[in-house]
Amino acid sequence: MLKHKRVILFLFISVILAFLLSPFASSSPDGLEWVAGTKGFIEHAESFIFWKNSWMPDYQAPFISNSILSTSVAGLVGVLVCFAVATAFFFIYKKRG
Amino acid sequence: MHIPDGFLSLPVSAGTIALSSSYGVYCHKKIKENIKKQDIPLIACITAFIFAAQMLNFPVLAGTSGHFMGSTLAVFLFGPYISFFIMTIVLVMQALLFGDGGLLAIGANVLNMAVVGPLVAYFVIKYGKKVLRKESLAIFMASLLSIVTASIFCSIQVSASGIISFNKILIAMVGVHTLIGIGEGLITIATVSFLVKTNIVKELKNVEA
Repeated sequence: MLKHKRVILFLFISVILAFLLSPFASSSPDGLEWVAGTKGFIEHAESFIFWKNSWMPDYQAPFISNSILSTSVAGLVGVLVCFAVATAFFFIYKKRG
Repeated sequence: MHIPDGFLSLPVSAGTIALSSSYGVYCHKKIKENIKKQDIPLIACITAFIFAAQMLNFPVLAGTSGHFMGSTLAVFLFGPYISFFIMTIVLVMQALLFGDGGLLAIGANVLNMAVVGPLVAYFVIKYGKKVLRKESLAIFMASLLSIVTASIFCSIQVSASGIISFNKILIAMVGVHTLIGIGEGLITIATVSFLVKTNIVKELKNVEA
C-alpha cells in the first residue's frame, strides 16, 4: 500500500512537471535542430514530412487556442498515455513471458 | 536530438531499424524472467516521468536548448534491458502523437537513446563506481557520456545519409551536447537523490535485470 502511495506521488510530480512547467520550457531549437540550422541542412526536415497524422504536432493540442494551455494539455496527455502504454506493455509482456 | 524525417537516407533508416529491433529481441530474452509484477507501476511511472522531463527544454547557449534524455536514470533504476523498452515507449509515443522525431527515423532514434545511451550509462555506472569512488559522480559521468555518445551516433547517421560531412556535424553536435550532458547529469542526480530519500530506490534493489 505504502509503495503504491509513493508511485502515485511520483506520477503526480510528472503530471505537475508536464502540465505546469512545459509551457515555460525554452522554445529555442534543440541541439540537433540548432546544428542543422547553422550547418544548413534543416530544410531537409522542413521539406519532407512523412507522418502527417500526429495528433498534437509540436506539443500543441489543436483543439485549444490558448497556446499555454494547449502545451499543458499536450504534456498532460503525453504523461498519461506513456504511463498507460508502459503499464499495459509490461503487464502483457509479463503474462506472455 | 530526436532526428526528424528527411535527415536520413533509406539505407540508414532501414539499417538502424534492423539493428534496433534485433537488440530489442535480445533485451526481450534477457528480461523474460527478471521483471516482477509489483514493480510494473513504478516502471510505468518512470516512463511517464521521462516523457514529462523531456518536454522541459532548458536554454544552453544563446539560441539553442536541450532537454533531459533519461536513459541514465532508467538504467540506474532498472538496468539496460528494461530501460530499452522504457525509452522506446517514450520515443514511439513522441513520434506518433507529437511528431517529435520522425517515424522513418525511429530506428535511429531508438538506437541512439534506447540502445547506445543506456549501454554507455550502464558501463560507466558499473565501472565508474570503482574508479570515481562516489556514486553520484559516477551517475553524473554516465549521464554526460550517454548524451555525448548518443550525439556522436546521431552525427554518424546524419552524415552517412549524405546531407553533411561528418567532420562538420561532429564537432558542433558534441560541443552542444556536452553542455546538454551537464544538464542531464544534474537532473539525474537530483531525481535519484529524491528517489533515495523517498525510499523508492531501496525497494527496487532486486529489480535489476
